[in-house]
Amino acid sequence: MQQIVNIRALSRSACIVFVALASIALSGCQPAGDPINSPYADGAEHENTLYTAFTQRSPRYLDPARSYSSDETPYTYNIYEPLYGYHYLKRPYELIARAAQAVAQPTYFDASGNVLPLTAPPDQVHESVYDIKLTPGIRFQPHPAFAKSADGQYRYYPLAPDALVDRYAITDFPESGTRELTAHDYVYAFRRLASPRVASPIYSTLAQHVVGFAAFGEQLKAQDTSLRESLAPGENQLPWLDLRVDGFEGVQALDDHTLRIGVNGSYPQFKYWLAMTFTSPIPWEADRFYSQAGMIDHNLSLNTWPVGTGPYMMVESLQNRRHVLARNPNFRGEPYPCEGEPGDRERGLLKDCGKMTPFVDRLVFNIEKESIPLQGKFMQGYYDLPQASRGDIGVSMLVAASDSVERAALYEERGIQLPTTVEASIFYLGFNMLDPVVGQGDTPEQAEKNRKLRQALSIVFNWEEYIAIFQQGQAQPAFGPVPPGILGYQEAPDGVNRTIYDMVDGKPKRKSLAQAQALLVEAGYPNGRNAQTGEPLVLYFDSAAGTGGSSPSLDWMRRQFGLLGIQLDIRATDYNRFQEKMSRGVAQMFMWGWIADYPDAENFLFLLYGKQIKAGKGGENAANYQNPEYDALFVQMRDLPDGPEKEAIIDQMVKILQHDAPWMFGFYPKSGGAYQQWVYNAKPTQMVRNTLQYVRIDPALRVQRVAEWNQPIWWPLLLLAFALAVLVWPAWRTLRRQQTRTALTRASSKEQP
Amino acid sequence: MTAYVIRRLMYGVMILIGVNLVTFLLFFAVNTPDDMARLAIGGQRVSADAIEKWKVERGYDKPLFVNTAVSGTDRLTDTIFYQRSVPLLKFDFGQSDEGRDIGWEIKNRMGPSLALAVPSFALGILASISFALLLVFFRTTRLDFWGVVLCVLMLSISGLFYIIAGQWLFAKVLRLVPYSGFVGGWDMVKFLALPIAVAVIARLGPEARFYRSLFLEEISKDYVRTARAKGLSERLVLFKHVLRNASLPILTGAVSALPLLFMGSLIAESFFGIPGLGSYTIDAINAQDFSIVRAMVFLGASLYIVGLIMADISYTLADPRVRFE
Repeated sequence: MQQIVNIRALSRSACIVFVALASIALSGCQPAGDPINSPYADGAEHENTLYTAFTQRSPRYLDPARSYSSDETPYTYNIYEPLYGYHYLKRPYELIARAAQAVAQPTYFDASGNVLPLTAPPDQVHESVYDIKLTPGIRFQPHPAFAKSADGQYRYYPLAPDALVDRYAITDFPESGTRELTAHDYVYAFRRLASPRVASPIYSTLAQHVVGFAAFGEQLKAQDTSLRESLAPGENQLPWLDLRVDGFEGVQALDDHTLRIGVNGSYPQFKYWLAMTFTSPIPWEADRFYSQAGMIDHNLSLNTWPVGTGPYMMVESLQNRRHVLARNPNFRGEPYPCEGEPGDRERGLLKDCGKMTPFVDRLVFNIEKESIPLQGKFMQGYYDLPQASRGDIGVSMLVAASDSVERAALYEERGIQLPTTVEASIFYLGFNMLDPVVGQGDTPEQAEKNRKLRQALSIVFNWEEYIAIFQQGQAQPAFGPVPPGILGYQEAPDGVNRTIYDMVDGKPKRKSLAQAQALLVEAGYPNGRNAQTGEPLVLYFDSAAGTGGSSPSLDWMRRQFGLLGIQLDIRATDYNRFQEKMSRGVAQMFMWGWIADYPDAENFLFLLYGKQIKAGKGGENAANYQNPEYDALFVQMRDLPDGPEKEAIIDQMVKILQHDAPWMFGFYPKSGGAYQQWVYNAKPTQMVRNTLQYVRIDPALRVQRVAEWNQPIWWPLLLLAFALAVLVWPAWRTLRRQQTRTALTRASSKEQP
Repeated sequence: MTAYVIRRLMYGVMILIGVNLVTFLLFFAVNTPDDMARLAIGGQRVSADAIEKWKVERGYDKPLFVNTAVSGTDRLTDTIFYQRSVPLLKFDFGQSDEGRDIGWEIKNRMGPSLALAVPSFALGILASISFALLLVFFRTTRLDFWGVVLCVLMLSISGLFYIIAGQWLFAKVLRLVPYSGFVGGWDMVKFLALPIAVAVIARLGPEARFYRSLFLEEISKDYVRTARAKGLSERLVLFKHVLRNASLPILTGAVSALPLLFMGSLIAESFFGIPGLGSYTIDAINAQDFSIVRAMVFLGASLYIVGLIMADISYTLADPRVRFE
């Protein structure tokens, strides 16, 4: 009996110790007031730090010459400083100076080198020269590449072979330095774009425009090839390619603060490339520093540890886990804008007019691969905004709020801000013009029939319904390739696609099924059958979704085509195979999208320019559409500055496309932000990428709200413990009974003789 | 035993070469270097020139198996297969296609993986064996019946459900633990409490049912009856005799799984934001990073071979009748 009592006492003590330990562990030794479920270190919410998340993976390329993914832009555009940028608040987007003193006007020259007026016809312009003045006094962030010893030698160049032991972060180098930004850093950056070691996605585009760039690329390629020939198979440590040595005519530094760029002919869109991080300055010291042996093996490169002059700098980089940007102590500060679009003042977006940015000290990006923890933490207040690089989360929250009264009430109660905007991007369904059924056609008669088929399909494919079902209404139907906010976009009624819509009571109304059927008869497919053979018309849609052709949207598409009696066969594949098919030009119909590089109609209209066809040439004209009239207008439009003349040509081009219907102009998606009530100055946009420097937070309000929203509930655990005890008690009783039971009962033993 | 282990290790090397070859073939059967380049470069405007440069930079511009452009042994050695395989056999994992050091990543991610996997594994085994013994103790009673029903119910539910339900209940409703995340030091306990609890509960159903069957088979044997006849308590019978004799199949599974704990949990790490090797592998598969996928498959295969050898050795320790041949 004594033993049982001891066991009971021991069990009781063990339980108490366990509960106590668990409580301490779960509380994580939090100071009083910090919620137990906080995913951050003690007191982190009190600091002027903005918390946000990234999904799937860390940014792959932070090297400005390579970076071209939207998920990389919250880092690159806050670290690097291109010459130009976009006004944070104004719409339509306005190009403004960042590192430059002003947006430079080009000087036009004819073939003889004579200066031409800015109004000169584009075909007379042989070269456009941009002389861009830099703002003096801009300094690079502190970085070990600049660090020098007392004798003036670079502290970390050259490095001894064992100098990188245990150094896997830039912060592992105790010394750092800085220097002033000069025009030579931009020259170096341009030269680096042509380097075969960098593989910049934008080089081939810029090589067509910048004077001497293509030849310089070939020169570097030859230089690199000869260096590689001396390497053993499998060896990849190449000596540094010093790009200060040889240059090219197109990009030069006239002095420390003047950059000269020569562009072939007239190319007004060139200025927009200078607002992208591709043309951000690269200090040669950083390139040389990272080229040293062992750097790549230690994950030290511009891809992980960028060097810039922007408002922030990378101070922590844990791949696929966390990235932290901190205020660049050398950033000169940039005043918050005092002007915006109508309504910005009412929304409180001008209250910080003239104050120096950035407002936030640190930006913390944590990985959240799954949407449930991301949404959950945002609603608990642990993220100030769920994602900085994407606009779909705000849209999905708006949709959730419209679907559920409780959710809408919750968002309102928590003061979640969900502003939206229509983005400069488009999703479309394209016809491959090389295809014999839906394409260009071999003869004029066939071309006309195929056009009517495309028009009929465009009528029955009800994008308004598609948007309502699959985009939850968060998109705008497109009448042409140019999205809102860009010169050349036209609202209804002028911009309405008259091939597909009729105007009824001043509003666009999709043409009737009967009209589509009539077009189908003219196309040679009455009731969806070939008029000559009687065979049913089967069309093929190449889906990159890889869903096996059974997703609801694909089923919906089949039904739309079925209205005309046309069978739609889905050829589902993964994105790689899809891209391969597109490259070979063997797909018949496909759905794709385009996000603007810059806010100019040229950046959308070039998607249908004949010289950009994708099949066999690798361009971006995935429909392989070729129309001499359109191409001539495109060249004319491309070379014109913004103005009524350009607008009129865009209108002509859009009308041609609406008639030819190489695309079904699908929709312009909306972008939405989601921000906590303590986040100020937030305005959703996918064009302005350095937005985080304008955002301000109120950490005191955050602490208060997070504490309110995260009161732990303990009683269910006690209930669970009680329920377990109730279950264990009978088991324990049974065990005791079995252990103390004798083979024979007392009564039966008495009966024995 | 030494000879046996050496022989098994030699077989292991052959298996690893085979695994490497199969991984290589499978990967390049569905992905061309062009696909990898396109995905790696990303964004819009992926030009043929950029693809070519990407391949040259990483050595994917070479032929897969035979390089007909060169002569002599270079025909075989100046190929993707040779240059990617030989360092791997020396456990030199090299760099990922993004240019990061795979060995360093593995070293850093092993800790978080083990922090989740070891307690999950140990507590899971403990809970499953305890529950199975409890059911065996109360065999033929209602407790046993409903216990088995509970096991069947639990094994019928997807592991993903436990994760989502756990996050919903403990992170969202009760607000006792964070949804996800990870930090070093003792603070990691609050991040690991939920994933470990979920892992233990998720494996309780199938394992307890399996162990119960093992114990029931043992408990009907003559030596158990003899033990009881000698007057041993049921507790002693179960823990000292039945458990030890039924431990052989448990050892098979447990010991061989031990080295694989290093590989982490693919799903749990992703859901709970734990930066371990499981999520590293998933990320690499999504990014079509052949270098990481190949390294992780190779590492997994190596650890599995080690695990099987350890399981064989543990047989002799648990049951002296088993001898190596």
